[in-house]
Amino acid sequence: MASRNGRCRPTRAAVKSVVSFDVYLNVAVGGVLTGLVYGLMALGLSVIFGVVRVVNFAHGEMMTIAMFIAVVLCTGFHLDPLILLVPIAAVLFVFGYVLQRGLINLFVTRPEHSQFLLLVSLALIITNALLIIFGPDARSVQTAYGYESFEIGPMIVDAAKVYAGAAAVVVTAMLFAFFRFTLAGKAIRACADNHTGALVVGLDVKRLYALTFGIGTACVGAAGTMLVLLIDATPMLGPSYTLLAFVIVITGGLGSMPGALLGGVLIGVTEALAGLLFTPSIKSMFAFGILVLVLLFRPQGLLGRTLA
Amino acid sequence: MPKKSRSNAIRLTRRSFAAGAAAFVAGVASFNIVRAQGGPLKVGVLLPRSGLQAGIGQSCQLGVDIAPAILKSLGLPDLAIMNADTESNVDTARARAEKAIGDGAQLLIGAFDSGQTTAIAQVAEQKGVPLVINIAAAPAITEQGYKFVFRNFPTAPMILGDAFAAQKEIFAITGAAPKTVVFMHVNDTYGTAMAKGIGAIMPKFDLPYTIAEEIAYDPAARDLSVEVAKAKATNADALLVVSRLNDAMLLTRELVKQRWTPQGVFSMGPGWYEDQYIKTLGKLSDGPISLSPWYDPHKKLTPVVEAVLAKAAPDVNLNTNHIFTFEALLVAADAYKRAGSTEPTALANAIRSTNITDNVSIGPGIQFDAKGQNDKVKGGAFQNRGGKLVTLAPTEAANGKPEWPMPSYQGRG
Repeated sequence: MASRNGRCRPTRAAVKSVVSFDVYLNVAVGGVLTGLVYGLMALGLSVIFGVVRVVNFAHGEMMTIAMFIAVVLCTGFHLDPLILLVPIAAVLFVFGYVLQRGLINLFVTRPEHSQFLLLVSLALIITNALLIIFGPDARSVQTAYGYESFEIGPMIVDAAKVYAGAAAVVVTAMLFAFFRFTLAGKAIRACADNHTGALVVGLDVKRLYALTFGIGTACVGAAGTMLVLLIDATPMLGPSYTLLAFVIVITGGLGSMPGALLGGVLIGVTEALAGLLFTPSIKSMFAFGILVLVLLFRPQGLLGRTLA
Repeated sequence: MPKKSRSNAIRLTRRSFAAGAAAFVAGVASFNIVRAQGGPLKVGVLLPRSGLQAGIGQSCQLGVDIAPAILKSLGLPDLAIMNADTESNVDTARARAEKAIGDGAQLLIGAFDSGQTTAIAQVAEQKGVPLVINIAAAPAITEQGYKFVFRNFPTAPMILGDAFAAQKEIFAITGAAPKTVVFMHVNDTYGTAMAKGIGAIMPKFDLPYTIAEEIAYDPAARDLSVEVAKAKATNADALLVVSRLNDAMLLTRELVKQRWTPQGVFSMGPGWYEDQYIKTLGKLSDGPISLSPWYDPHKKLTPVVEAVLAKAAPDVNLNTNHIFTFEALLVAADAYKRAGSTEPTALANAIRSTNITDNVSIGPGIQFDAKGQNDKVKGGAFQNRGGKLVTLAPTEAANGKPEWPMPSYQGRG
């Protein structure tokens, strides 16, 4: 609306611009890349549940451990999180292995509410330990590519997201290869398919459970290390990421590895596009909306198997 | 064994015990009052020292740290500071206010955030302990008819009015102005109050631009890439923001990554002028213009405050957080001196009759109206330039000219 002097009136009347396809593409690609990291994080939860049949309610908290290790090493030794990916995943593997052998294994045959209480207690202990050590404030890492982006045709893609997403794909591919081509991987799958059968053929199920728990925590360790490229680390991050991991694996199918990755990408893209199409402050509502729809129409998840 | 006669025994009856106890309590109580009158005023300073707003809370703390030396130079009495952390949380703020009063605080100061301050104000009013608000802009706080709540900080509509007036001054100086802006704001008490205020106040100013899009975002957002992509897609000339510190840094990072440098960034809140913002982002922190309550570089007390701050925290620019937290303590010390008592009503009456002209913030000085609001305090405009903050408006407080359009993020090395 023009005023007498020909200028636009100072009103809040929205001059709604038409959002071009490039913008949707940019946002969708960003969502896919973030979703890949989410997927890797949720993959750990899915692997643990698929084999050990224990739901890791301390999953997000384990991720924050990895994030803080990454922050300390990056700021203290000026190392890149991508270089730290393997060492931190290894540390989390050992942590998960020892935890399962020493503590969680005692609860494997106990009722589910006992397992739930154990892991929720563990989550609280981790959060409070991180609060005591690091305080409540957000911590970030500075990398050489922290402000860089790639221009690919009409798209401008955040360099940190590209590296994090690519690393997530590589780690996931290695995990798939491990389960498909190695003897230990095949033994773990056998354990997941038929626990009694695995015992009958002489597999060391307890060791395989610990190995699986270690692999699950290594996944979340790798995801946490990459996530510090995208968000700041705080001790209180854990619960929201545990919840996110649940949303992803339930959407993709609890126990399904490809499902976890698909769920991560789906949630990442949905949140990003919902923020663009509607209002950013309600984007997480859409992620939960998808969860509700999946629970209503496909309770086993998108790639999950129907329970007998 | 001979029976002791009742008349010879020490006669401690219930009545004499009660009288003795009452005399003891009265003696101790009067001693306490005498001690309170002679000693420093106990001031509970409630700030978000941890959590989402930790950076700003710690910045406000600098205003507390510099106060004793300046108050002493002004001949004002000592204050005994009792620090408390609201953890950037409304419920914690309420609990800490109750605890501070329980621990003996005779006056409260805080708490930077409108939501937390609202909770503290309720406690202060309920307990009858004066609260001097350092920073909080939600208008409702001083609209409740409170008798113990005072605010030396403009309300959201006052900030907006001053911000639009300052923008017009800047456009007049530069001879250039944006035609469209995109308005991004944090979705908390302050951000929402400012967004509502814009709708009501902006039409009163004949501004040269329209708002192309309004984008609200979560105060706890950890990724603002979608929000910035949406803002960029509007092709607006400039960015109008109401943010906090963390989101201001996130927004800047995304502007750089998404290769979008608007003609200018107008911030109507904290974040963009904070020391942590400038230190973290370095050269990328240059350019934004903040429209916020600010200090007058030409006032007599300003160089004194700057000198004490330079000693306490070298390389830190004097900013809104320091100024208004210090001024809240100035109000407390001044009122205590005039009241001559820690009695809450006497203190509240003394604060109500405050008339400080030798202060730092822009405006004629510190006075409170019947609602407990300093309606004379004014906002200014200032720009980040080379790690320093240059005051642009109002004209009487300016010490530099605006740089418009701001330099591109891409060519900063």
